[in-house]
Amino acid sequence: MQFWIIQGLNSLSLGGLLFLLSSGFSLIFGLMRLANLTHGAFFMLGTYFAAITMREYSGLNIWVTALGAGLAVAAIGGLFERLVLTRLKTNPLGQVLVTLGMSFIISDACLVLWGGDSIPVPTPHNLQAPTRMFGFVFPTYRLVLVGCAIATAVALYFLMERTRLGAMIRAGVDDRQMARAVGIPVSNLFTIVFCLGAGIAGAGGVLGGPILSAYPGLDADMLPLALIVVILGGIGSLLGAFIGSFIIGFIYTFGTALFPELAYIILFLPMIVVIAFRPQGLFGRVGA
Amino acid sequence: MKWIASALLAAFLLLLPLFAGDFYINLASQILIAAIFALSLNLLVGFGGMTSLGHASYLGVAAYLSALLASRYGFGHGMAAIISITGTVATAAFFGVIALRATGLGFLMITLALSQVLWGLAYRMSNVTNGDNGIAGLTRPMPFGILLDSAAAFYWFALIVACFAFLMMAIFVSSSFGSSLKGVRDQPRRMAALGFNPWMIRWITFVYAGFWGGISGLLYVYYNKYIHPTSLSTTSSAEALLSVIAGGSGTLGGPVVGATLVLLLKNYASAYIERWNMLLGLVFLFIVLVMPTGIVPGLAKLTARFRKGSQ
Repeated sequence: MQFWIIQGLNSLSLGGLLFLLSSGFSLIFGLMRLANLTHGAFFMLGTYFAAITMREYSGLNIWVTALGAGLAVAAIGGLFERLVLTRLKTNPLGQVLVTLGMSFIISDACLVLWGGDSIPVPTPHNLQAPTRMFGFVFPTYRLVLVGCAIATAVALYFLMERTRLGAMIRAGVDDRQMARAVGIPVSNLFTIVFCLGAGIAGAGGVLGGPILSAYPGLDADMLPLALIVVILGGIGSLLGAFIGSFIIGFIYTFGTALFPELAYIILFLPMIVVIAFRPQGLFGRVGA
Repeated sequence: MKWIASALLAAFLLLLPLFAGDFYINLASQILIAAIFALSLNLLVGFGGMTSLGHASYLGVAAYLSALLASRYGFGHGMAAIISITGTVATAAFFGVIALRATGLGFLMITLALSQVLWGLAYRMSNVTNGDNGIAGLTRPMPFGILLDSAAAFYWFALIVACFAFLMMAIFVSSSFGSSLKGVRDQPRRMAALGFNPWMIRWITFVYAGFWGGISGLLYVYYNKYIHPTSLSTTSSAEALLSVIAGGSGTLGGPVVGATLVLLLKNYASAYIERWNMLLGLVFLFIVLVMPTGIVPGLAKLTARFRKGSQ
């Protein structure tokens, strides 16, 4: 019984982490029709940012770090979008290739700058004490992480459904040409959404840091998880990314605990099932 | 003029081991292997319009199967080769069924995710694949009793296989099936309306490309006598994709030129800097931004203009 509850909570926290990773990816894909393969690298940049700044200035607040990393990564993403991606508007394959190239550049730069050893990100002091619930002991930070993911989901929901910016983004997702025709600056929206997606990934990297720690190859570990989540949930759907994250969180955690050798295969089984019966994903729209 | 050039090229390729040192012969063998690999990917990317970022799967599966069968289960090379190619084709057939549910970017993401799964398996299932240590101490086969251990012998072996592969893929794309493939790439709806089955055409091409990817994987493992999970990584798939795009996708010569360039760059650059991945990324940006159609179509355009000017 204890095993199931502890692993269930672990699954929830992994799901939260995956949502922080994949929501930005899904957002960018939804509007820009761009599979941003740099996303794993953005996440890793955030983790390294946290590992380095918190090593230099010990006692730095993790929320401040997450905000800083989010802004920094958003700025890098914005520059990349403005300087490179906008030149390739008519070449969607080229866009994917440059994001892949960019991910190689970022991950190799991290290796040069910070070496090959993994650097831990400290858990915040006030969250280090474990939580006791119903006689079970559980790391508090992981619960807080789930809260962060839910807060991000709610914030994104309000941004998309209740604000003017969100309405413009939805218009761009539905019909880009029509949105342009009625005067919505779609190119600027692209930059905003790309910054936003990159920023969430960067901040998510910081928040995932205490669990994962920063190491070379983190990007290559995270990118396929993001892909599996969005393929499962439906590419471009925020709700799909949310549900997909928790499904994958559960499957991966229990898979690793019960069949450690086969965890990687179990991870992609739901993806196969979904693609076989609903190629557009659980919450994806046909033609998206 | 064209015949003389082809004859000179053929003579150069055949006689290379007679005047070049071992380093260059080995480099040439690696280029041949990479060229087969890039050509097989080009069937998907260039002729089928299916951009796969997981083609390393087939190279890796064939190489790993052959390595495991030969080193662990004591199979002979001939039998191991047959089983591993069969296994690779089966993998391609299965992955094709999954990935071809989607087209375009969805296809790209699914192939990437599937290949990452194989990469993860090679890394994590260390009791089978030896994990990060890879499988070492492999041997090269002896076709018809000929020893392939010298650089020159292996080069000629690779050259024969590569020429055969090139020929087979050239026949494939110029056949009527190849025409229907190009039709499906450009106008899937019209092809469906004409009574073709776009899905089946794509799937057959996918499996066929997987087959040649597997052949290049066998050569790869024979050449290196060693196999490591990196051969299944995204970098490996990306190098092949870069070769195709840099050389010119949808042409037969393009991937060969591209593979040559990528390997020369990799070998010469690694003598000066150890940052191959960063260089690979920068070359990606450069090629896509500056030469989106690739070198071979670019040169063809130039020579066409030159000829027109001289007449």
